[in-house]
Amino acid sequence: MNKMLLTEAKLFLRDPGSPIFAMLLPLALLIALGQIPGFREATPDLGGERVIDTQLPGMMVILAVVTMALTVLPATLVSYRESGVLRRMSTTPVHPIRLLVAQLVNNLVVAIVATVLLVGAGHLVLGSILPRSPLAFAGVFVLGTASMLSLGLLIAAVAPNAKVAPGIGSLLMFPLLFMAGMWIPRELMPDLVRRIGDFLPMAPFADALRDTWAGHAPQPLHLVVMVATVLVMGGLAARFFRWE
Amino acid sequence: MKVIEVSNLRKRYRDQLAVDDVSFTVEEGEIFGVLGPNGAGKTTTVECVAGLRVPDSGTVNVLGGLHRTELREQLGVQLQSSALPEKLKVWEALDLYASFYRRPADWVKLMERVGLADKRDTPYGKLSGGQQQRLSIALALVGTPRVAILDELTTGLDPQARRDTWELIERIREDGVTILLVTHFMEEAERLCDRLALIDSGRVVAMDTPSGLIAMVGGRQTVRFRSSGPLDDTRLEALPEVTGVSRSGGQVAVTGTGNLLLAVTTALAAANVVPTDLRVEQATLDDAFLSLTGKKISS
Repeated sequence: MNKMLLTEAKLFLRDPGSPIFAMLLPLALLIALGQIPGFREATPDLGGERVIDTQLPGMMVILAVVTMALTVLPATLVSYRESGVLRRMSTTPVHPIRLLVAQLVNNLVVAIVATVLLVGAGHLVLGSILPRSPLAFAGVFVLGTASMLSLGLLIAAVAPNAKVAPGIGSLLMFPLLFMAGMWIPRELMPDLVRRIGDFLPMAPFADALRDTWAGHAPQPLHLVVMVATVLVMGGLAARFFRWE
Repeated sequence: MKVIEVSNLRKRYRDQLAVDDVSFTVEEGEIFGVLGPNGAGKTTTVECVAGLRVPDSGTVNVLGGLHRTELREQLGVQLQSSALPEKLKVWEALDLYASFYRRPADWVKLMERVGLADKRDTPYGKLSGGQQQRLSIALALVGTPRVAILDELTTGLDPQARRDTWELIERIREDGVTILLVTHFMEEAERLCDRLALIDSGRVVAMDTPSGLIAMVGGRQTVRFRSSGPLDDTRLEALPEVTGVSRSGGQVAVTGTGNLLLAVTTALAAANVVPTDLRVEQATLDDAFLSLTGKKISS
């Protein structure tokens, strides 16, 4: 398994285009948007918080995670299926599920690195707060990333070929990002829209991340929705995944 | 010892019957060929043998009934159209696949053996078709299998690369590896296989050695020559080996069986005729397949 992880990590670094994009775009957006003066002042709509405290960096963490989970991961897995990499492996004593696990680990590592960069840069450059409940923040991050990776696996399971896989990912990504508060903070959304968002896979991740960032406890509903996403999407992915 | 036993294999896909009724056995140490036109059910058959597909009915017994992981330890498989990641280097692929097996081969030696030592650091995507195929064969052998399944291994290769690959297969057989070879190339089957199953529309139409299969079409041969002087056809037609004599232009074509060439040349010598441009044409596997099924194998 170690050799597989190492090999997949090397392949990942040899084709760094998409992971770098997934890390650098949110970082650049964070620094650029953080220059907007209004974002650096206490905002009554956000309960007196500044936009640069949790709203902006929180959304950038989400953006980095979902770019990896919903576009990079499915594209790689579907191309492995399409070119027969998974099929070749299934003729060996080692089941190709190990390759899937190695890919998930890679994506998780990139998401962690991106998050550390975003939190650090936000704090050092913009003066954003550091996560006030770091353990809960880390827990929410892992759970939320797992839920996004499950969704990515489901996309990989149902996508007919490597060309449409990232397309399906983007198609899902933008409405979910909207509901998560990417363009309008969730606090400013009409109640109904916000309530709908509570039950979709991405908004609970964003809310719980921001809650723990600010030192509040995450809402139990959000944790339940994230766990349910892992179970349901992961289960469907396992049910529909094809190795060839 | 029987290494592979397949009996009454049947496999249907949603819209078509791929394998209708296939039975054969492969003995230890032989190269057994599965020969037939595209779409005959060859690949489906060997995929069932490899445990990659579950047959609808019939039985497959490999190495005394090994299954799953145990089977995969002992059975190397080279499949049609399974690539590797473009940027994976030759040595990394071998090293990684060697780590999948309990008793891996020395992959450095294997790499030299398949002639890829100087391509050690070349990514898969930059290898030529023949090199990719040789890497594929090496990966099928990296677990030191007792049986190897090689599916259409020279399809898409140029003639030189094809002959190199054949030599490689012959050397692998010398190591005692039993080989199940799927092909639609007559020349490949004649050159490599000890025995062959001819498959058409999901059924075995004949099974024998290549020469045995050719003999099934009556061991028909044709001797062609130009004669130096006048020749009476009846002298040839009188020979027991000869079944027919025909002329086109100055060329005489004598068809027949048995030791036809000797019979014809002896008769010509007795008649004081010297043959020029003398050629013997043997029936081929293609002729055998044609006479058995009414179809040609190769396109």
